[in-house]
Amino acid sequence: MSSSTPSSSAGGVGSADSAAPRRNSKRPKYSKFTQQELPACKPILTPRWVISAFMLVSIVFIPIGVVSLFASRDVVEIIDRYETACVPDGYKNDKVTFIQSNLTKQCNRTLTVKKRMKKPIYVYYQLDNFYQNHRRYVKSRSDSQLKENSSWDDVSSCKPEDMSKDQPIVPCGLIAWSLFNDTYNFSLNDQQLAVNKKGISWKSDRDSKFGKDVFPQNFQNGSLKGGATLNLSIPLSEQEDLIVWMRTAALPTFRKLYGKIEQDLQPNDQIHVTLDNNYNTYSFNGKKKLVLSTTSWLGGKNDFLGIAYLTVGGLCFFLALSFTVVYLVKPRRLGDPSYLSWNRNPGGH
Amino acid sequence: MKLLNAVAGGSPDVVQFLTVMAICNTVVPIKSKTGAISYKAQSQDEDALVNAAAQLHMVYANKNANILEIRFNGSVIKYEVLEILEFTSDRKRMSVVVKDCQTGKIVLLSKGADEAILPYAFVGQQTRTFIEAVEQYAQLGLRTLCLACRELREDEYQEWSLMFKEASSTLVDREWRIAEACQRLEHDFEVLGVTAIEDRLQDGVPETIETLRKAGINFWMLTGDKQNTAIQIALSCNFISPEPKGQLLLIDGKTEDEVCRSLERVLLTMRITSSEPKDVAFVVDGWALEIALKHYRKAFTELAILSRTAICCRVTPSQKAQLVELLKSCDYRTLAIGDGGNDVRMIQQADIGVGISGREGLQAARAADYSIGKFRFLKRLILVHGRYSYNRTAFLSQYSFYKSLVICFIQIFFSFISGVSGTSLFNSVSLMAYNVFYTSVPVLVSVLDKDLSEGTIMQHPQILFYCQAGRLLNPSTFAGWFGRSLFHAIVVFVISIHAYAYEKSEMEELSMVALSGCIWLQAFVVALETNSFTILQHLAIWGNLVAFYVINWIFSAIPASGMYTIMFRLCRQPSYWITMSLIVAAGMGPVLALKYFRYTYRPSKINTLQQAERMGGPILTLGNIEPHPRPMEKEVVSPLQISQPKNRNPVYEPLLSDSPNSSRRSLGSGAPFDFFQSQSRLSSSYSRNCKDN
Repeated sequence: MSSSTPSSSAGGVGSADSAAPRRNSKRPKYSKFTQQELPACKPILTPRWVISAFMLVSIVFIPIGVVSLFASRDVVEIIDRYETACVPDGYKNDKVTFIQSNLTKQCNRTLTVKKRMKKPIYVYYQLDNFYQNHRRYVKSRSDSQLKENSSWDDVSSCKPEDMSKDQPIVPCGLIAWSLFNDTYNFSLNDQQLAVNKKGISWKSDRDSKFGKDVFPQNFQNGSLKGGATLNLSIPLSEQEDLIVWMRTAALPTFRKLYGKIEQDLQPNDQIHVTLDNNYNTYSFNGKKKLVLSTTSWLGGKNDFLGIAYLTVGGLCFFLALSFTVVYLVKPRRLGDPSYLSWNRNPGGH
Repeated sequence: MKLLNAVAGGSPDVVQFLTVMAICNTVVPIKSKTGAISYKAQSQDEDALVNAAAQLHMVYANKNANILEIRFNGSVIKYEVLEILEFTSDRKRMSVVVKDCQTGKIVLLSKGADEAILPYAFVGQQTRTFIEAVEQYAQLGLRTLCLACRELREDEYQEWSLMFKEASSTLVDREWRIAEACQRLEHDFEVLGVTAIEDRLQDGVPETIETLRKAGINFWMLTGDKQNTAIQIALSCNFISPEPKGQLLLIDGKTEDEVCRSLERVLLTMRITSSEPKDVAFVVDGWALEIALKHYRKAFTELAILSRTAICCRVTPSQKAQLVELLKSCDYRTLAIGDGGNDVRMIQQADIGVGISGREGLQAARAADYSIGKFRFLKRLILVHGRYSYNRTAFLSQYSFYKSLVICFIQIFFSFISGVSGTSLFNSVSLMAYNVFYTSVPVLVSVLDKDLSEGTIMQHPQILFYCQAGRLLNPSTFAGWFGRSLFHAIVVFVISIHAYAYEKSEMEELSMVALSGCIWLQAFVVALETNSFTILQHLAIWGNLVAFYVINWIFSAIPASGMYTIMFRLCRQPSYWITMSLIVAAGMGPVLALKYFRYTYRPSKINTLQQAERMGGPILTLGNIEPHPRPMEKEVVSPLQISQPKNRNPVYEPLLSDSPNSSRRSLGSGAPFDFFQSQSRLSSSYSRNCKDN
């Protein structure tokens, strides 16, 4: 039995094998992508790599920080907070009554130039605690109305300042209604200091957001006046104070451009400001400041970026240094298989 | 030799035996053009039997409607099939009723499990020899079947046939009625003999089991085979270890009390040995399992939790499913793998069902979540694909939370400086595009991310513990991502509102500064968390950043949009770019420092392997430092354990065998042929494995 059967069985294998029909292979077409075999680079966090990355960041950041800080320090800024000073002594405890009364609001301030200021000098008004980013305030405007004359009655989003005496208001909405209306007149050595109020708004806004054929209508003729009135004969695209104001600020403290002084100011120049303190910030404890500022490549005076760069650069330097020290004091072989617990006690799970 | 002589001599017993082998099945012969006959069978057992019969000159040549044609020693015999009593796992046998076309005799031919055939032998037949033969074959790890026949009288058949037809056409309880009808016919058998088939292991089964064990996976073997067969197979595939290392505990018994006692004894042993480094396994058969699941569920559950290995033999498909359910209720994640139709229920019950599509058909493969071609592919499925998939899912889900939380936190912070009125810092276009366009593409490419190469994982299956313990996605990792999103939101918010203060604090500008800060951080976070950069990843991460600017330039060019000219305006400002790099450095610096520190000084196992992989070589030298079973060695060892894997082509080979050592399929009969030559080896292995039961 042992001799004959194996041979016959071997034949059996062969026949069964060859008889099995060769099916079409279902093997998917090979591609490196579908088989996830694309060549890959696998960086790991080696000490050298990480330390040099931190070093590089600190080397780049510290000079940028220094440059930014210098740029910010080069900017000369004169800030004058006037909302309390411009209230007569008798009304100091009841500022709201004063601002709502018919008394004269004129107020004289004197600013001293500390450092030479090169033209152009930007004149800003700064409001504090004014939430131009409040949801209901932000939405209370009609962009289509501002842009096109034909949409003059599109005031649906402008509540509560949409209609006045059953007529649509142009420009409607809370933002326009609350237009800032303090005015400043500057004089230097009894000479009028010209403030250029042209080109203080964005050109794109003048060209495509505010219409050339849209004129104010029914504006501020309700019982409650929010702010400035507009000249009814000038189209909105030329009402630059309005255009500036309508670019709502994202933060409760903000500055808006009032105008530009196209003249250099010398140290110890005394600038007399005659201002009309019309705008009511007293009911919400808002501050008003008049700001004269030059500018740099980085913008206005703002030390934040410079300080942040120096801090981050310094921290990175510190990290790089401490990692180096740790690496030298306590070197550790990367990928040492003895760290694998199952290598330490084979078989133990 | 004797067998062949008997065949040649036409000994009636042998001829009858071979006839049953050749006919009693549902195989369809297919004749190819060359005249060779191949068989199409539903189960490989039937395939094996028919082929074996053919080897012994009993060729099942043709099937024409109901007429079967057999060629035996040159003569052609025709049978008409009257009825087929299909196999069910309850009856554990199948029968055919055939009519000899020449003599007109009606015969019932049956084959089935020994306990389904032998008790129904006609009174007076000695079944002892059969029982012994079955025992011996089982100890060789062979799958046994008993063949039997009975001659029917014409009127008996007619009467039964009517009943069977009626049963087949009933609408209610049909299965039960048919079973009952079959029962009527299948009795008073003349037992002809016993066949034994080797259910040969596929390539790589022992290695696969060993590797997956190392990965912390417990194995239960659920089989319909006899206990001895199951134990032998388990031994041959490294499923259980032989005596000195392993211990096999048996749960058996016919009554509740017996089962209870043996269950408690096993449980006690299990508790004692659980601290020892010993591979303890228990064996339970279908009957005892039924009782245990019914009456001693609690004890059995405890046993299930304690044991790493178990063999359940003689179990029905529904018991398989019940066992899976039991394990699921113990908070185990279960994976069921099987190739047969009787595994379908279990596969569907398990958390993960894997079907092997093979000769037994596609039933299991169709019911499964994953279908593979060979058992050994399970290793790759779990270790490579399962693990990658877990890693990627963990990253993707946590990252998605992170990126959405960054935006949410910024909005929350902004609400504090906008009078808590609910103003959105970001405009509607940005909010809409943020999740869809700006941040989704880089993470989608993380489907290509591989933390470790496949080779490393295969060498260190233990790394799967990390996934099992949920180390990459758990409350603390989530808290890490949550903290990161909070930190990044603070960085972006604080830096943008301070850098863009006073005259620059314009709503649309600030909004875009904050948004682009987020996008920059996202790009760097994805880059830092990516382990392997393919060209696509670079394209997605940095391309996405470019796309962000392109999209915003497009929006900034539309006069009607709210952000008209904003992005052009910003990109011209040096302060914008300085702000961006500040956000990136301030946001990523601490993250990088923390990651580096943990990576170097508190490395996880994954990190260590990554480092080892990158340093090159150490993985190979690792085996030299501390030798322990490595896959390299295993490959050498495996051919010794299972014989000749090289020249073995099909998994199940229909072969005759003379000696058990040749490890081929054996076939024998209950007639007193020689099958005792290997008894010594058998008994020794038997005592070795089952002594302590």
